[in-house]
Amino acid sequence: MPESTFLDSTELVLNMGPQHPSTHGVLRVILKLDGEKVLGTDCVIGYLHRGVEKIAENRTYAQFNPYVDRMDYVAAISNGLGYCLAIEKLLNVEAPPRAQAVRVILTELNRIASHLVWLGTHALDIGAITPVFYCFREREEALKIFENYCGARLTTHAFRIGGLQYETYDGFEKEVLAFCDMFLPKVDEYEELLTNNRIWAGRLKHVGVLNAEECKEYGVTGPVLRAAGVKWDLRKAQPYSGYQQYDFEIPTCENGDTYDRYTVRIEEMRQSARIMRQAVEKLAAGPIMAKVPKVIKPPVGEVYVSIEAPKGELGYYVVSDGTTQPYRVRVRPPSFVNLQALGRMVAGGLVADVVAIIGTLDIVLGEVDR
Amino acid sequence: MANLLRKIFLADLFQGLWVTFRNQNPKYIYTEQYPAERPKVAERYRGAPRLNINPDNDETLCISCNLCAVACPENLIVVGWERNEQTKRKDLTTFTYDTSRCMFCGLCEDACPVDALELTQDFEMASYTRDGQIWDREMLEHGPAPKAYRS
Ligand code: SF4
Ligand code: SF4
Repeated sequence: MPESTFLDSTELVLNMGPQHPSTHGVLRVILKLDGEKVLGTDCVIGYLHRGVEKIAENRTYAQFNPYVDRMDYVAAISNGLGYCLAIEKLLNVEAPPRAQAVRVILTELNRIASHLVWLGTHALDIGAITPVFYCFREREEALKIFENYCGARLTTHAFRIGGLQYETYDGFEKEVLAFCDMFLPKVDEYEELLTNNRIWAGRLKHVGVLNAEECKEYGVTGPVLRAAGVKWDLRKAQPYSGYQQYDFEIPTCENGDTYDRYTVRIEEMRQSARIMRQAVEKLAAGPIMAKVPKVIKPPVGEVYVSIEAPKGELGYYVVSDGTTQPYRVRVRPPSFVNLQALGRMVAGGLVADVVAIIGTLDIVLGEVDR
Repeated sequence: MANLLRKIFLADLFQGLWVTFRNQNPKYIYTEQYPAERPKVAERYRGAPRLNINPDNDETLCISCNLCAVACPENLIVVGWERNEQTKRKDLTTFTYDTSRCMFCGLCEDACPVDALELTQDFEMASYTRDGQIWDREMLEHGPAPKAYRS
């Protein structure tokens, strides 16, 4: 047996989580360390497993709708949109134009709210405390619009299969436009705080690099993929809910490091505000609910519908056996797939960067575990 | 060169400090002083359930159709009724609503054909016991009575 002194490097196994404040929920990461260097990681997930997919099999199509809000709870509206679109495709109906425009407004608002949570907590993890207060302040305005529209702030249950349950309230358009006007200078403010800051750049640049090839191998989507230079956004690639009518850019970067993902998400918030403005203009009077039978009984068949959620491609695979309850609902959550790349991104890095990388992946454990 | 000067004079850090300084403005304070000041929730807020009664004759609006119980994904509403031989209608006897399992999705209120069941703007529904979370008909008709605190 070789003699070992305390100076000899030995592998140290460190347990991070599931109660670690920087794991954004209940993620457990087993880190294998050589001093400060990360040799390998193991993710342990499932602490928040509620069996959402199984619940679906015992609920009617309409009854399952509120449960999808509880997967990615910071972007509940996107989840609801994906589910409603999937069932609408199964039923072969389409939401009326007004409903589609309202859906776009609320989903984009939700994208901003979700990115604000990401920015605030990510900056907090890195050590910048100020942005989290500003981000949550602006997010509050977005949540107020949700609350006024549907009566709930987080788990909104805003959309129904076939359209909308609630007509917009008085002053909805004005509030959304006011939000856009208020919000854009605030984004500049976040950038002023962070973009040029030497500590921010030092902690983020060349950290957790994931290039385009690796992204595709892992099936990573969303801002992580776009930061690696792949111009792929389902809103443009397979437009749904009338996204083809709106004029917006897909922000991309080249390096695929943590700093680029920050840049992409910041720009995405601006683009969301731009889409919202156009959608408000397009908002014409009309019905908000398509002709959907009271008891939803789709024909036998299966569909896969995916949308661009704030975190990436959110897909619903629904199998119908012709009864009132789905035979199987499978969710492709973006966070779950993106989390796979964690091991690749942290390998060889420093232990302090693990926190930055978990933050930049923008995972929500409710969605990872379902 | 300009970059170097900017680095030496800590331009990026002062820029950030200037932002925080600008935000000292009390106009930007968003903190709610709950419970001293109760927040005003939205008109459509989905909070504590209420079973509406007809203000004219104090009779319940509910027609015991059981649609809310059927619509609820969590199966937490139990409607009890008995048939009234004279009017040939169903009279509501009991109505239980387990708020501890409710997710305030609003499907029950959407299902109610006569707007008897409603999710209201009351949001203070905490209770010390589990049984206190299960609301009976009387509780549903009168609503929770939250204590008002003063600062
Ligand atoms: S709000 Fe939803 S969960 Fe609660 S009783 Fe009504 S239908 Fe059931
Ligand atoms: S749906 Fe309305 S009327 Fe019917 S039982 Fe429920 S509360 Fe009563």
